[in-house]
Amino acid sequence: MTASSTKSSTQLPDAEALLPADAVISSARAADGHTELTVDRSRLLEVLRTLKERPELDCDLLLDICGVDYPRRDQRFEVVYHIASLARDHRFRVKVPISEDDATVPSAYGIWKAADWFEREAYDLFGITFEGHPNLKRILTHGGFHGHALRKDYDPGQRWLLTEEDSMVPAWATEELTDEDHLESQVLNLGPSHPATHGTLRVVVRLEGETISKAECEIGYLHRCFEKMSETHGWNQVIPYTDRLNYCSSMINGVGYALAVEKMLGVEAPPRAQAVRVILSELSRIMDHAVCLGANLVDLGALTNFWYFFQPREEIYGLLEACAGGRLTVSYARVGGLAHDVPADFEERVRYLLDYIPKFVNDVEKLITTNKIFRDRTEGIGVVSPEDAVAWGWTGPCLRASGVPYDVRKAHPYMGYEQYDFDVPVASTGDTYARYLVRMEEMRQSLRIIRQAIDDLPEGPVITDDHHVALPPKEKVYTEMEALIWHFKLIYEGIHVPKGDAYSFTEGANGELGYYIVSDGSGHPYRLKVRPPCFAIFQAFPHILEGHMVPDAIAILGSLNIIAGELDR
Amino acid sequence: MRQPDGSSSMLTTRVDAMLRWVRKNSLWPLPFGTACCAIEFMSVVSSHYDLARFGAEVVRFSPRQSDLMIVAGTITDKMAPVVKRIYDQMAEPKYVISMGACACTGGFYRAYHVVQGVDEFIPVDVYVPGCPPTPEALMHGVIKLQEMIQNGETQYDRFKHQELDTTA
Ligand code: SF4
Repeated sequence: MTASSTKSSTQLPDAEALLPADAVISSARAADGHTELTVDRSRLLEVLRTLKERPELDCDLLLDICGVDYPRRDQRFEVVYHIASLARDHRFRVKVPISEDDATVPSAYGIWKAADWFEREAYDLFGITFEGHPNLKRILTHGGFHGHALRKDYDPGQRWLLTEEDSMVPAWATEELTDEDHLESQVLNLGPSHPATHGTLRVVVRLEGETISKAECEIGYLHRCFEKMSETHGWNQVIPYTDRLNYCSSMINGVGYALAVEKMLGVEAPPRAQAVRVILSELSRIMDHAVCLGANLVDLGALTNFWYFFQPREEIYGLLEACAGGRLTVSYARVGGLAHDVPADFEERVRYLLDYIPKFVNDVEKLITTNKIFRDRTEGIGVVSPEDAVAWGWTGPCLRASGVPYDVRKAHPYMGYEQYDFDVPVASTGDTYARYLVRMEEMRQSLRIIRQAIDDLPEGPVITDDHHVALPPKEKVYTEMEALIWHFKLIYEGIHVPKGDAYSFTEGANGELGYYIVSDGSGHPYRLKVRPPCFAIFQAFPHILEGHMVPDAIAILGSLNIIAGELDR
Repeated sequence: MRQPDGSSSMLTTRVDAMLRWVRKNSLWPLPFGTACCAIEFMSVVSSHYDLARFGAEVVRFSPRQSDLMIVAGTITDKMAPVVKRIYDQMAEPKYVISMGACACTGGFYRAYHVVQGVDEFIPVDVYVPGCPPTPEALMHGVIKLQEMIQNGETQYDRFKHQELDTTA
């Protein structure tokens, strides 16, 4: 069931020639590899549809929609779409400027289903209306909230209290079904505080007998305003916040962010830092998968495996603690490298883990993979076809379980992933069982990568010597005038990231983790948009549920690995 | 009480003290885990740190069956009514440990959607600092709470007297 994805490098088509005549106001090749198109909103749908449907363009994956607020411009808001083609290696960024008094754009939901929640988010946080969206309402903030939090004129500390009465029940749930056939129908509420939701998710379902006939998710119970907070923090100060996105694998988020900023600055971390980043990221991926599988199995009644997986996790936590000082929220990456070098016994400890972890993976494998109860409960449950998975904007293990071999580490290697020999596990059935298999195999592949990385771990510094970006070493600050000045300037003014915007993406534990960064040249991000993989995955959940039973819902939910920190930010 | 040599002895205590002793050694926690701190909470109850050593391993997700609420994670304004309702559903005597910077003060999220400490709306007995607190810190919090229960220093004990005052 393992297949390597092949990278098809095609020449970037001349986009403008393929798009409808004069629909595009301007087009340019951005430094981050995207083709950037500015489009008037009257032609937007036409352009988007062409991007998706013309075979030369073939953009099947909508990754992200977000708003950006420029209060000083005539056209105050900009709606930004990030679109990719899986088969061809190209990516587009489409920008639509709109004015404040008429902040409306047509909804892209008819083209990519993935637009659903992303548009709701832009509506919630910027007040941009998406015409034709089937269910346009607030998504992250609560019902008693006023204003739009990510507008520049919204005070970050302005809270609105929610009273108990605002229970946010979807309209259909209160409807009386008088039809005689629906005598048995009832509405059931799961969460936001429910052991099986592993976090703060809420699902409202309508049951016909035991079968779910309709479902809706309510999220935002952990909306911690990450994007707003990052606008008031320096570039490096954002890193602790990124740790708390997907807190099961915090290292990956920090590294992804650091890479994004490095890309804009044009600096690169030294080879040793890159290798350590790879090792710790892959260990984090193993931890993340272990939590996901462990929790999923607990929900299905297999408690033992949860404890089995906990032991290697504790060991990995121990290593992370030795490197970074924190177990869970490590804040170890820095723009330009790492906070400090790894401890002297790093190599030894990693080798120990390499020998230690497989035992636990094998134990679980023996207990579960051919276990009849487990297979009965997961095979054929929550099947997602490859077409649907792509249409919903899925990435990561869930997408690969549906048979699409897309992995950022292979398709767009970063941080030296191209030098490592590893496979991308793919399953074909797209059900809950397939998602289990893919995650199990990914743990093994991660171990393979770690082994290669530790075998030739380069010596040298772990942070760049570009002192526009990283502090000079402390000894030099005390002894050399120039170093002292650099130190002073960097502490006082922070890093200056050149004006402009870039989208950078890495393979998170759940899929493509993207950071869209807009910089105005000052000491902190002007706008930082995270493209959380869970967000796209979870929006499909109510649709997958239809026709399943409640216990299936629990099994499916666990296999999707929804992490509230990343989902709600 | 029967002694090994066959004689019997008596232990005198007050019902109150006896009850407290029983309560402190059989805390049933309700993990109100919302975020990263909840992951550390998992570590505390798992094999490695094993909260069972302090008589508090019977984790119950139903408020009706638990007497210790551990708020582990950020509480947002959207979540606040839910926390309050679950707290109200717990039977007395009940205790609250606020685990982590977020639950104590909002942590580093001084922002438009985050409650700046759960004590805005529920009484907290023990605040455990950290982001997230280490498992040792949380265990220390639990032990501290046990001491407080034994000494009658919890919010529940205080609240009880207040109520007596108002009725008197
Ligand atoms: S205190 Fe820190 S670790 Fe705990 S929930 Fe808050 S941000 Fe997460």
